[in-house]
This record gives sequence, C-alpha cells and structure tokens, in this order.
Amino acid sequence: MNTKAAPEVVATPEVFVIMVLLTLLAAVTLAIIRQRNLFSVVILSSIYSFLMASIMIALDAVDVAMTEASVGAGISTVILLATLHLTKSVEYPAVRQVALPLFVCIVVAGALIWGSISLPPFGIADTPIHTHTAPRYIEMAKEHLMPPNIVTAVLADFRSFDTLGETTVIFTAGIGVLLLLKGRVKKMQGQDDTEKKGEA
Amino acid sequence: MMEALQKFATHYNYFVTIFLMVAGLYIVIARGNMIKKLVGLSLFQTSVYLLYLSPGKIVGGTAPIYDGAYQVYANPLPHVLMLTAIVVGVATIALGLALAVRINEAYGTVEEDEIFSKDGEI
Repeated sequence: MNTKAAPEVVATPEVFVIMVLLTLLAAVTLAIIRQRNLFSVVILSSIYSFLMASIMIALDAVDVAMTEASVGAGISTVILLATLHLTKSVEYPAVRQVALPLFVCIVVAGALIWGSISLPPFGIADTPIHTHTAPRYIEMAKEHLMPPNIVTAVLADFRSFDTLGETTVIFTAGIGVLLLLKGRVKKMQGQDDTEKKGEA
Repeated sequence: MMEALQKFATHYNYFVTIFLMVAGLYIVIARGNMIKKLVGLSLFQTSVYLLYLSPGKIVGGTAPIYDGAYQVYANPLPHVLMLTAIVVGVATIALGLALAVRINEAYGTVEEDEIFSKDGEI
C-alpha cells in the first residue's frame, strides 16, 4: 500500500467554490448558535438549507439539491414558522451554563477530526467508494438497461424498500402529528363555543 | 507544516461537516428553548448529508445522469440514501414541533427550565 504514490491534491476552481460555500455555511451555523430571536433562527436555518442545496449542486448531487431546496428550505421553514405562530414564543433568555456542553462538543469534535484525518482526500477517483458498486450502476446505464438518470434507477430498481421504509416513517409521523394536534383543534372549537355563548 | 496545510485543504469538507455536526449537538445540549433545540437537531441531520455526499464527488466529474459525452460520474448511491434521509428528517422535525405545540399548551412555555420548575411546584 505504501508503494502507491500519494494522491494528487486537486485544486480547481470547482473545489474553491465548494470551499467558499462551506465557509459560508459554517458562518450561518455560528449565527444560528448565537441568535436568540427565534424568528431570525428560522430564517437563518432557511438560508442554511439553500446554501446546503447550492453545495449539493457543486457536489454533483442534483436530485438531492432539488429535494433539499424544496423540503429543507421550503416545508421545514413553513412548519417552523407555523410553530412559532402557535407557541407565540419569539425570544428566549440566556440562563444556561455553557461550560459542560462546550466541553462535550470539543471532545466529540476532536474524536471525529482524529477519525476523519485518515479518510481519502476530497475529489479523487480511486477511492473505495468509487471502485465498488458504483461503476456497475454506471455500466448498466451505459447499456441502456436503466433510465439515464442513475439516481432514479437505483432508487426505483435497486432500493425500492428504502422508499417503502421512508413512506412508513412519513405515515407514522403524519399520524403522530395529527393525533397531537387533534386535541388542540377540539379545544379551540370549545373556546369558540364558550366565546359565542358569552356574546349571546 | 506544508503537509498539515495540505491535509487541511483536502479534508476541508470533512472538517466543516464535523463543525456543523458539533454545532447541532451543542445547540441540542446547551439551549433550553425546544424550538431552538429542534433547529439544532436539523443542523445535526443536515451535516450527515454532507458527510455522505462529499466522498461521492469526483473533481472533473459530472452529475450521475448518463450521457455519451461524459465518462466520469459522481457516485449515485449516497445521493439515493440522502434523498430518503432528507424526507425522514423533515418528518421527525414536524413530529417534534407538534410535541412542542402541545407542551406549550399544557405548560404555557417551551422553555425547558420553566417547565421543570413548574413540574416541581406540582
């Protein structure tokens, strides 16, 4: 293994753009941590999702980028804003101590960085992830055995059970949300009734 | 020194991913407001997308949509997995926010400390 030449460092404008976008993402994350106004937090998390979608396009993951822009930046922001409307909480006080959480996070970050150092460098082609399984998918697309969009083909032909599981999770979560908010609707109707009685 | 810089540049994606992950963890542990906690949880989840998508990229490659003109494609498998993860992530956040709404009704607040003190009174 050691006789293999060290992989070349890839330095193209593409990589530079990705690095700049990632730095912006880190800056937005810092702002989310520091911001105490919940409305700002929600808007910042929307910005975060759009930046993430841009990075995904730069990483050639176009399908994921579309999903992130619509689901992450769209639906998530809408339900967060709806929650802010329902709970009517806008700002929260700073009362907690930060020393212990900070310590835990630094330890976790150190362990993760230590683990990630030995990962292959970004963007090179002869890594394990690119030499197993993936060439076969691309080969099959080449032979017109699958739709040209390889992600669609893998999703529908090879990993349909993933989608089945995903649908189960969404169904369960949907039922959970409905059950949790059902009592609320009844209560509000009850309030309306009492208000009407009061008026009458 | 040069080598360390090189390492930093080639692993920048992973370092930012770790930063996002730890930032999400920090918000979940250190902040008492439940809505903020859930935003932190979603930060944690989205950092995993980067962790999966970064190794799948080949510099000079193209999106995994077959065309005779291109030879090098990004790995499609992480993309498939992350499509599932994004939708599941939003489902969990929606459930958590619904819980926060109910808690707000029962206690009149989504601040964890205030809820604990109210529990103590009862």
